[in-house]
Amino acid sequence: MTYPVVKMTGDTSVAVVFGDAISEEINLKIRAFDEALARENIAGIYETVPTYCTLMIHYAPEVIRYRELSQKLEKLLLGTHEAEKLETRIMEIPVCYGGEYGPDLDYVAEYHQMSKEEVIKLHTEAEYLIYMLGFTPGFSYMGGMDERIATPRLKTPRVLIPAGSVGIAGGQTGIYPIDSPGGWQLIGRTPVRMYDAERQTPILLDAGLHVRFVPINEEQYQSILQKVESGRYRCKTYVKEGE
Amino acid sequence: MGIRILKGGLMTTVQDGGRRGYQRFGMGVSGAVDVHSYVYANILVGNHKDEAVLEATMLGPSIKFISSSVIAITGGDLSPSLDGKPAPMYQALAVKKGSILSFGMMKSGCRAYIAFAGGLMIQPIMGSRSTYIRAALGGFEGRKLMDGDEIAFRQRGVIPKNLSLRRMEPEIFKSPYTVRVLMGPQDDRFTEKGLKTFLGEDYKVTEQFDRMGCRLTGPKIEHVTDGNIITDGIAFGAIQVPDGGEPIIMLSDRQTTGGYAKIGSVINVDMPYIAQAKTGDVIRFVKTDIVTAQDAFVAQLEKYDQLRESFDHPPASALEGSSPEWTQETKSGTGADSSASPADKAALREENASPKTGKYLVKVGSRAYKITLKEIE
Repeated sequence: MTYPVVKMTGDTSVAVVFGDAISEEINLKIRAFDEALARENIAGIYETVPTYCTLMIHYAPEVIRYRELSQKLEKLLLGTHEAEKLETRIMEIPVCYGGEYGPDLDYVAEYHQMSKEEVIKLHTEAEYLIYMLGFTPGFSYMGGMDERIATPRLKTPRVLIPAGSVGIAGGQTGIYPIDSPGGWQLIGRTPVRMYDAERQTPILLDAGLHVRFVPINEEQYQSILQKVESGRYRCKTYVKEGE
Repeated sequence: MGIRILKGGLMTTVQDGGRRGYQRFGMGVSGAVDVHSYVYANILVGNHKDEAVLEATMLGPSIKFISSSVIAITGGDLSPSLDGKPAPMYQALAVKKGSILSFGMMKSGCRAYIAFAGGLMIQPIMGSRSTYIRAALGGFEGRKLMDGDEIAFRQRGVIPKNLSLRRMEPEIFKSPYTVRVLMGPQDDRFTEKGLKTFLGEDYKVTEQFDRMGCRLTGPKIEHVTDGNIITDGIAFGAIQVPDGGEPIIMLSDRQTTGGYAKIGSVINVDMPYIAQAKTGDVIRFVKTDIVTAQDAFVAQLEKYDQLRESFDHPPASALEGSSPEWTQETKSGTGADSSASPADKAALREENASPKTGKYLVKVGSRAYKITLKEIE
């Protein structure tokens, strides 16, 4: 199949499919197209949902029909092959590793026969691309974890994992946005809220953003938590220089 | 002032048209599963079509009215009754303070909708009052309603005009349901034989059906290789076919993304049948095309507008048939108690069948006349 291709996904949505693999390159194309589409401001489109290989577009048939919309999309696709350089935005997420915040850090270190410090170092050195959000509100699918700390899931999932827990499952890493059950190896926790219904942007992260984990101690955790609770904490975000 | 939940029922939640615009953040859409019934209920009581309603499933709640209201019940027939007497569905009902609305046997369908004129006092979260149970947010404390919960009305004492005209033909929900589907986006993941099975065989609703999805059982739909895809977005009505070969139709509380191949999707106008289907009901899939599907979608929206228009601005002929309502003017003014229950009004009519002398306010449809009756010698 040649990509990109417009596919019908029902009578109120279409998907633009950009490939059939999980890759940064495909993800970048989706991001560029999503932004180009937003600039077009096509009447009737009310929501777009980026995933690994596709951009799903929800629309109102009473405003625009499938035929007209797919033609517009195809025309726009011709123009966005040379996507303008998208800047790499990085957000720093403070994480307190180990102890009660990351009860499985010892296990992960032992599993790979390295020190806890080495696990933390490998986990905080990488820049993680958020490919997409899904599953639960604010759950981000990140790519880019060092293979050397890839660890299988727990044999028996935990009944309750506190929001903010940072975990590893196979080659993936992620942050639990809300209290939920789960089987990931928990290595730390962030005091920052991934999801806060009261906040102007209820979900902190977004597809296309890069994340860096910054190690903090327990004292810093508590101090950031206080700021978070009073709505005074902002994660450091910057545009990557160079390239 | 509003309603008190005496019994929560099996799964009674606050729902509206759903939470749009946040799927990219993993936030489910939620909203009423049977969209038509939800909109009809709102139109019947004169609400905006996006007003929050109660969605009751299989075993309905028991609700006490702390203040009077006008309500409409639509969707599946869960045998609603008001103060022990059967309550008609698909029409606006004036309910007196202190009355109790309860439900009984599930006669047809499985989801009923109760709209209240003036709406329910529920704080919107991300633009919607819908309950999203999996994330424990929205609606009433992010959960199903339980005994003792109280919800106020957003606007009290709202009486839609032309109350007696606010009724419509009930929708009929009866298995087998034939629903139209648009094939794709991953129909190429199935063999010719698999596609034939899907479009030719009967599927039965299993016991696993909830607000998230409706799991069916029937002849296995053959994949080319397997049912796994790279996770992508899921639309309302999408039909996933995992490795086992049996379809799952995705409903309002579906997760935003998923990794199973989607053979097709049920078109929106046919989704109420899936919403009302219950264990053992038969579903048949027939292929349709996008033009037909979207024509039907737009026609449905026009039907809503026409229905609303027929209640708000009925033709004169509709009003002629309605009997005049006589109200004796009291010292304090008109005396017209617009919140009087139908029973009260009926009593008043009877009393006024041979009006005594005095000043009266006579309402015919939406018009009112002041009449003074004198004795003629």
